[in-house]
Amino acid sequence: MSFTFSNEQEEFRLIVRRFMDDKSPRTEVRKLMDSEQGYDPTVWQQLSVELGLPGIHIPEAYGGQGFGFVELCIVLEEMGRALFCAPYFSATALAATTIIHAGTEAQKCALLPGIASGQTLATLALSETNQDWLPANTELSATPAGDNYLLNGEKSYVVDGHIADLLIVVARTPGSTGNNGLSLFTVAADATGLNRRLLKSLDPTRKLAHLTFKQTPATLLGELNTAGDMLPPILDLAAVALASEMIGGAQMMLQSALDYAQLRMQFGRLIGSFQAIKHKCADMLLDVELAKSTAYYAAAAAAEEAPDLPAVASLAKAYAADTYMKSAAECLQIHGGIGFTWENDTHLYFKRAKSSEVFLGDPNYHRDQLVLRWEN
Amino acid sequence: MNDATTEQSEHSIRTQVREWIDANWDPDASLLDWRNKLIDSGWGCAAWPKEWYGRGLSISLGDAVDDELRKAGAVSVAKTGVRMLAAATILEHGNAMHKGKFLRRLLTGEDTWCQLFSEPGSGSDLAGLTTRADFDGENWVLNGQKVWTTSAHHAQYGMVLTRTNWDVPKHQGMTYFLIDMNQPGVEVRPLKQMNGHASFNEIFFTDAKIAPEFMLDKEGNGWKVAMTTLAHERRLSDGLRSWGKSEKGEGRIYEELRVEIASVMEPYKWYPQRAGRVDLLIERAKATGKYDDPTVRQAIAKVLMMAKAAEWTGRRVKAAQALGRPPGPEGSLGKLAGSQVARLAAQAHTLIAGNDALLTGDDGALGGIISEVLVSTPAESIAGGTDEIQRNIIAERSLGLPKEPRTDVDRPFRDVPRNTVTE
Repeated sequence: MSFTFSNEQEEFRLIVRRFMDDKSPRTEVRKLMDSEQGYDPTVWQQLSVELGLPGIHIPEAYGGQGFGFVELCIVLEEMGRALFCAPYFSATALAATTIIHAGTEAQKCALLPGIASGQTLATLALSETNQDWLPANTELSATPAGDNYLLNGEKSYVVDGHIADLLIVVARTPGSTGNNGLSLFTVAADATGLNRRLLKSLDPTRKLAHLTFKQTPATLLGELNTAGDMLPPILDLAAVALASEMIGGAQMMLQSALDYAQLRMQFGRLIGSFQAIKHKCADMLLDVELAKSTAYYAAAAAAEEAPDLPAVASLAKAYAADTYMKSAAECLQIHGGIGFTWENDTHLYFKRAKSSEVFLGDPNYHRDQLVLRWEN
Repeated sequence: MNDATTEQSEHSIRTQVREWIDANWDPDASLLDWRNKLIDSGWGCAAWPKEWYGRGLSISLGDAVDDELRKAGAVSVAKTGVRMLAAATILEHGNAMHKGKFLRRLLTGEDTWCQLFSEPGSGSDLAGLTTRADFDGENWVLNGQKVWTTSAHHAQYGMVLTRTNWDVPKHQGMTYFLIDMNQPGVEVRPLKQMNGHASFNEIFFTDAKIAPEFMLDKEGNGWKVAMTTLAHERRLSDGLRSWGKSEKGEGRIYEELRVEIASVMEPYKWYPQRAGRVDLLIERAKATGKYDDPTVRQAIAKVLMMAKAAEWTGRRVKAAQALGRPPGPEGSLGKLAGSQVARLAAQAHTLIAGNDALLTGDDGALGGIISEVLVSTPAESIAGGTDEIQRNIIAERSLGLPKEPRTDVDRPFRDVPRNTVTE
């Protein structure tokens, strides 16, 4: 398993970082987080055309760049660092990954090129009621209607669900329970009976939608009643992707804390010269570097489809979530009063850390999965 | 030297070592005879200078030589223990007399050494030591107390850091000596730890004598010499682990080696427990039925996360080194991570043990292994630099935060407030 990035990967990271520095300054983040749409179509177009990022891990045969999961994770780490506001995680990390793993050959050919080119915004609609992210809790039903299906039910906490052109929906064959009878469906944004409502998200940089389906026509993605088996590995990959995004943000929180500790004077000294602050910073470094190691290991495990990926994905998700939340909280604490103001940027990351902590399963869930999936 | 040349010379050196081993290795030789032969050949410590038993090779070529010895099952010189700290220090700061007198017997294993740095009154603040050496016109006369000394009870010699000048700032008034431990005025007492083991000693000096020629470097340069010793401590701990494996084999020499290893390793037998025994967690949880308790699984997960993250960070650091990339701050974190793993592991083991955590020894969980974990892990965040000192080092050296203002380095040591040791 490789633990360092190749020179090409490091160069690629720099290219993405420069793009983010240029296109996603905090002023831009603040503007977009206040908008309903949540992203800048011009920047999205540049990201797609100039860098080809939406298709980064989509095979070339389907119009993508043909890179691996490690490159996807590099992109996400840089986006997390910049708090980049765009429907990237939803379209590329969630939807494209799902189609790559669950779609038929014809569906991959039909659906992936649009996502790869950035023209199709897509997302995965999994969670329903306020429970967890387990496919087994799906209630939304899919009943056959000719060649297609009709969906009835609700989805919530759907990332970018309000703007996605293509919704991938987890639904259940009526009468089935648990992981049996689950299937994936694609639904067009303009399908009849589909109602979408933008939710007020605590983290305004991650837009969430509530979806209702009433006799909404849908197309089966992949094989009927196989999503119970298909989804867990897809969600593992999504967890790894999210861990990568989180470590980028956590690293930024550490940097911000260090910058402030070397700027702020109190009692005639820089506050960074006090052990109370130094020790916080040293602990932050420990957390952030260890979280990076887990995310990098997990990305490599994902790229190589390693057998320990299920345990490692949960480990990386839980570690990154704890670390991001703690780093943001400590960064805020080191800033003191100014850190609690709207004007200071720390809260933007704090809120992203919070949304990432809960999204796709909280740390307690993933810690439990880690132990249950551990093989030694 | 370019890569091709290095590779070629490594290949030819490995061939030379193998040929020499084929011609000379004899498992039925005595340990002492074999080591003397190995020392004379220059293959025993090939990275040492030619005039002192080596071949002046680079560290990595020296490792290649050791690797060939290991592969052949041939016993190495007595490279481990505090001996190698002494050797490195003497090689760098000693004169020809020191090297001639000490190095060979150190490599054969005939002489054991101990390191006399820490004191009851100066733990984290080593430069605050107060063991005094005063010149009486003929000898340096030592008075004071050292502590946390491994192997002192069977050491012939010690590296001792003393204060010889109280009227200059603390770092400038220290002098480094090589002391004969077998003399009146040196008393060694075992120091019993909270886990019942006695891996270390306390040393009391009462008018112990050192002839002036056993001063290393100059009077007042002790701190600089001590830094050399400390810089080699990490390499020592790596050496210990790899050495423990080369003890299998039949023949007289292996029997003698096993006795030597048992003696050297004796103080370290509880160290796996000190690190937390992460390897036992899941197996123990399943055996006790606690695996079904989700709160126990949370506790286990926290240990596994930290332990794996630390392990992977170590691998990341090594991989970056191998590519010749500059070291990042992640290289300084291993110790701090280790003490967190140990603390979390002790918590998880307590939950898994249940009421058996009340017991110890034969009555305790897993024949006492678990109770030894519970009462040994506190050492992990203290030994070799406390967590707090580690955090200071990380913050100042890796993160570049400003140093704490100090009140102990700008005045004669005599005027610095310090502990008084009651006897």
